[in-house]
Amino acid sequence: MVDAAKQSASEKPYLSITNIVKKFGDTAAVDGVTLDIRRKEIFALLGSSGCGKSTLLRMLAGMERPTSGQIILDGQDITRLAPYERPINMMFQSYALFPHMSVADNIAFGLKQDKMPKGEIDARVAEMLDLVQMRKYANRKPYQLSGGQQQRVALARSLAKRPKLLLLDEPLGALDKKLRQQTQLELVNTLEKVGVTCIMVTHDQEEAMTMATRIGIMSEGQLLQVGTPAEIYDYPNCRFTAEFIGDTNLFTGPVVVDEPDRVEIEAAELGGRIWIDHGITGPKGMQVWASIRPEDVRVDRDPVAAGPNAAKGAVTEIAYFGSYSVYHVKLGSGKVLKAMVPVNRWHEANLEPPTWGDQVYVSWRADMPVVLTR
Amino acid sequence: MNIQRLFKRLKPGRGAVISIPYFWLLLFFLVPFFIVLKISFAEQDLAIPPFTSLMNLEEGGLLHITLNLGNFDFILSDDFYAKTYLSSLQAALFTTLMCLLLGYPIAYAIARTDPARRNVLLMLVMLPFWTSFLLRVYAWMGLLNENGLINSFLLAIGLVDEPLPLFHNNFSLYLVMVYAYLPFMILPLFSHLVKMDGRLLEAASDLGAGPIKAFFTITLPLSRNGIIAGSMMVFIPAVGEFVIPELVGGPDTLMIGKVLWNEFFDNNNWPMAAAVATVMVLLLIVPIAFLHRFETRQLEGKGNE
Repeated sequence: MVDAAKQSASEKPYLSITNIVKKFGDTAAVDGVTLDIRRKEIFALLGSSGCGKSTLLRMLAGMERPTSGQIILDGQDITRLAPYERPINMMFQSYALFPHMSVADNIAFGLKQDKMPKGEIDARVAEMLDLVQMRKYANRKPYQLSGGQQQRVALARSLAKRPKLLLLDEPLGALDKKLRQQTQLELVNTLEKVGVTCIMVTHDQEEAMTMATRIGIMSEGQLLQVGTPAEIYDYPNCRFTAEFIGDTNLFTGPVVVDEPDRVEIEAAELGGRIWIDHGITGPKGMQVWASIRPEDVRVDRDPVAAGPNAAKGAVTEIAYFGSYSVYHVKLGSGKVLKAMVPVNRWHEANLEPPTWGDQVYVSWRADMPVVLTR
Repeated sequence: MNIQRLFKRLKPGRGAVISIPYFWLLLFFLVPFFIVLKISFAEQDLAIPPFTSLMNLEEGGLLHITLNLGNFDFILSDDFYAKTYLSSLQAALFTTLMCLLLGYPIAYAIARTDPARRNVLLMLVMLPFWTSFLLRVYAWMGLLNENGLINSFLLAIGLVDEPLPLFHNNFSLYLVMVYAYLPFMILPLFSHLVKMDGRLLEAASDLGAGPIKAFFTITLPLSRNGIIAGSMMVFIPAVGEFVIPELVGGPDTLMIGKVLWNEFFDNNNWPMAAAVATVMVLLLIVPIAFLHRFETRQLEGKGNE
């Protein structure tokens, strides 16, 4: 990946995944992933179910053998090591707490495998219990804990051995929405306090955006894009990423004008041209996509000057979200455009907000669309 | 539709459903046991049935209750019975241990195979039940006999010069006992092992436990209830086993089931047979009750806080 190469130029990667492939029968669950992770990074693998992110995580943990490729952690080739030989610990989606052991025994389990002296084990367990604020539950059994408490015990257990790499499999997937949002920041704080390098797998883009320093978007076994949350949101490199992260309006058409200072795309669905204020490198006539985020679309009740980046349509749907509303505007071509409008947009202009069936005019600035070639 | 009302109407029905197994136990376990207990306090008599009644209403309205403790006294004083009980318990214990050692790997393997093949393997475990138990014991007799299939074969290929002593000794006794009771160990063990969450083993491995360590720290403790259930299902009937020691056991095999049979059929001493049976039930109930209490306490959890 171009991005990963650029990132690693400044610092030596801590974890290098090179061209890893995992085939189940004839189908490749992970199809040639190359990725570098820096020390103390919180990296999120984001994708819908079946995209191969969990298989990639399980290969890092050692629970699946890669068909080909290499994994190097802190200078050591761990590709063929068994799970119990790796300096890597994982927090399971279902937590996988041992039901017959107390909270303290669960946390001590990994330390006992290392034959750590008992005094040191007790000290480390106490430290971990404090870290996740579960000290007074040390003697409870897992089934006597709530979901959030179990999650914290699972985290403490996976951190107890001070792993070189921590893997989180849908870390908050088993919690309800309210608790999940609260726990996201708590979890990030804990991870940063410990200073552990961490790879998490999630299908929840909000979770990835909130927690991760960098995100890798996966689809059909391939890593499509790697970058910080802002990079991925503002500069998606393909349609999949643009649609997967946040919401977007996609228009397709041939490039009709390609000058250094502007590109014009003939978008049939818009019924006009999309004008972008920078050039692209590609042949004229090439089929491209323009991605316009709903929050970049302006909605007006009065006609705007005819020209590029504008169209008129009728409101078919209004979703109210408190501070903003999302309008679905049906264009002449039948294409529905989504526009996110702040609630005070109409108050400030001293206008009645448009309602169902109203004719409105949509437009956006020439610096808003992102051109996608795939 | 008022669900609450529906529930209320269901409630008496629910009670009836729960009472059925209790009624069953009362009718077919508790009542017969008290009849046996009653007979054990009687005296042998030349009558039909061959024992005296405990209560006699004599002239003048005097109710005469006679409790004969002689049978129990005899059991306690003659060390023949103590030896027999002990050797029965020992045989049952050995059978249980062998069944556990053989049955655990089998149950584990079946639980770990893919579901499609699992049912076939379970069928194979249960297949012997399709043939009469007695027939299967006789089949073993045909195999182990001095002129049986195994010895004939070994003699024919010249591996041995004279028949091996495979029959009417402790070897044949334990072999057939283990053979007969093995499915009763495998099935409860399987049902516990198959429910186990495979991710727990992955977690153990992830935390640094090799396969053997993970087995002893995770799989084995979590299948403890299966081990207890399977052991009970083998141990309890094995203690009172009569057919197998009678047919394939050695002449000096002491089993309480055999003693019971002798008292009942050869000596026609029903009260003595009843007393022998009563002591056996007590010997089994005390440890089971103890184990049950231990189990319940475990289930309730002992977490501080």
